[in-house]
Amino acid sequence: MSAETLQYPPEVLIAGAGRMSLSGDWTLAASRLLEINAQKIVEHGSHGTSLIIDLQDVSHLDTAGAWVINRAQRELTHAQISVALERIRPEYEAMLREAAYRDFHPPPRHRSPLIFDLLVDLGASVVGAFHDFYRGVAFLGEFVSTLAYVAANPKHFRFTALVSHIESIGLRSAPIIILINILVGAIVAQQGIFQLERFGASSLAVDLIGILVLRELGVLLTSIMIAGRSGSAITAEIGSMKMREEIDALRVMGLSANEVLIAPRVLALVCSLPILTFIADMSALLGGMVVAWGYGDISPVAFLSLLKAAIAFRTFAVGLIKAPFMALVIGLIAAMDGLATEGSAESLGRQVTSSVVKSIFMVIVLDGLFAMFFAAINY
Amino acid sequence: MTLIDAALSQTQMANKDGEVIIRVRDLVVGFGEKLVMNRLNLDVYRGEVLGFVGGSGQGKSVLTRAILGLVPIRAGSIEIFGQNRNALDPAHRRALEQRWGVLFQNGALFSGLTVKQNIQMPMREMRHISQKLMDELAMLKIELVGLSIDAADKFPSELSGGMVKRAALARALALDPELLFLDEPTSGLDPIGAAEFDELISTLQHSLGLTVFMVTHDLDSLYSICDRVAALADGKVIAQGPLKNLLESPHPWLKAYFHGVRGGRLTSTFGDYRNS
Repeated sequence: MSAETLQYPPEVLIAGAGRMSLSGDWTLAASRLLEINAQKIVEHGSHGTSLIIDLQDVSHLDTAGAWVINRAQRELTHAQISVALERIRPEYEAMLREAAYRDFHPPPRHRSPLIFDLLVDLGASVVGAFHDFYRGVAFLGEFVSTLAYVAANPKHFRFTALVSHIESIGLRSAPIIILINILVGAIVAQQGIFQLERFGASSLAVDLIGILVLRELGVLLTSIMIAGRSGSAITAEIGSMKMREEIDALRVMGLSANEVLIAPRVLALVCSLPILTFIADMSALLGGMVVAWGYGDISPVAFLSLLKAAIAFRTFAVGLIKAPFMALVIGLIAAMDGLATEGSAESLGRQVTSSVVKSIFMVIVLDGLFAMFFAAINY
Repeated sequence: MTLIDAALSQTQMANKDGEVIIRVRDLVVGFGEKLVMNRLNLDVYRGEVLGFVGGSGQGKSVLTRAILGLVPIRAGSIEIFGQNRNALDPAHRRALEQRWGVLFQNGALFSGLTVKQNIQMPMREMRHISQKLMDELAMLKIELVGLSIDAADKFPSELSGGMVKRAALARALALDPELLFLDEPTSGLDPIGAAEFDELISTLQHSLGLTVFMVTHDLDSLYSICDRVAALADGKVIAQGPLKNLLESPHPWLKAYFHGVRGGRLTSTFGDYRNS
């Protein structure tokens, strides 16, 4: 119900000097009219020295209406004008009493200069980044000690949970990973052939696809996809468990969240990611081969023999070695951010976002570190 | 005349001049094969506090949700303020929905907003009023439900269970509804807190002229603030009327409910109280 469709809008009728009568619905449904009319009372009232307000024709009154009438009365009283309410229906009297105007002193808000706030924010985020790193290392240590404990007591380990997580993280991601890698392999092949053709070296495109995909793209795309798909799911799961005190429930049962919730998930990631990387490599090569055949006139047989000449086993191994480390980083960041969730839905959303952003960032940083490492050892 | 008819006609006589706010007729609600409500009838009159009881899993919450339009109904009609909600166009439906307030069992406060913002949420969406008046009204509601002023800027996760209930009640009252739905308002509160909450509802009901539909398991609430009680079993309202009629009812479930181990203790004191 907006103010326009209101059947009896609130009204103020001036009935001679120092006298007015109110009519209509003085309810919150009147929206703005309520405030406008209350203002009218104050304006007309402030002309005289006393005012009598007749409430007989008020058809409806709610707390909002009572509040603005009371407020107007109070403002006039402040200006040394005596105000009396007349002919109030008994049921409204209770309402007027209940909603009597009182000053609410909002707690004083501390205001500081903008530049100061910005600097504080900047400092806090730098400290926060270091703190995150510190917590991450501590969490890694905790995770490793949990693994050691589980290795010593294998019957404590939750194999069923591990398998079900491998299904949801590994198996169910396979289709989308196959799809995007076929596409990326095809794009790399098309661009490679298109650019290298000018030098008459379009067959080198096969080298490009083989090395680029196997060393970098396969594992990187898979890790980014899994960080977005499974890392976010892990953060959300653990975060909502934290919100609903399920983590605390585990703790008071003498179980550790690390062992029950986090170890199976992270291990599932560590198991799945190399397999997914392998699948990704093969899909990208397939995509590249198809495009090379259709677009570059390189037959599959020729493609395979060129590929064989271009890559060694270690080209393939470099990509695969990186996969479990990527998985560990994604899993630990996701679990840690999940555990950092506080009570509100907003905080859960924030944690999921930060988990995905952080793990994608860390995956790329880690890839860079690996590139430096492999270059240094000439692998 | 069966017992139910007798109870019905009695209450109808008692309230014959009372306006019916909620009229449920032949309501059928089911999930899959299972019928939760089977031709259920219920009346709620203006200005009363109706306590709604029933065993766990009998569908008290389902009925509440059906009346609120959160659960689809298979057959029958639900009229609120004389209007069939499902037959209304969206604008009128929204207007109708603004005339009721709902207190969910766990509060259902928006966790990302402070208490004050929670209360202002319906005002902000539905009305064009100044921020100043909105602030004042929110503070008024906070005070009405007995929260301290400094709770206004707290987030729901920083509140205790009792405070969450009060804050949720304040939000339910934000638009000054005529009809208030309470889903187990006193569950999870200690007896002192529960008694205070009962009293609060009673006070507000009188001063704001509310009609209250209250789903409850709390026998104390039934005794202290409900004008009438309706009992649900087997998908039907098996009895509705003043509490003393239900206490005398021979229905086995009602006997077990009111005269069982826990109910019995209270019923006997209630009897003493009435006789004195």
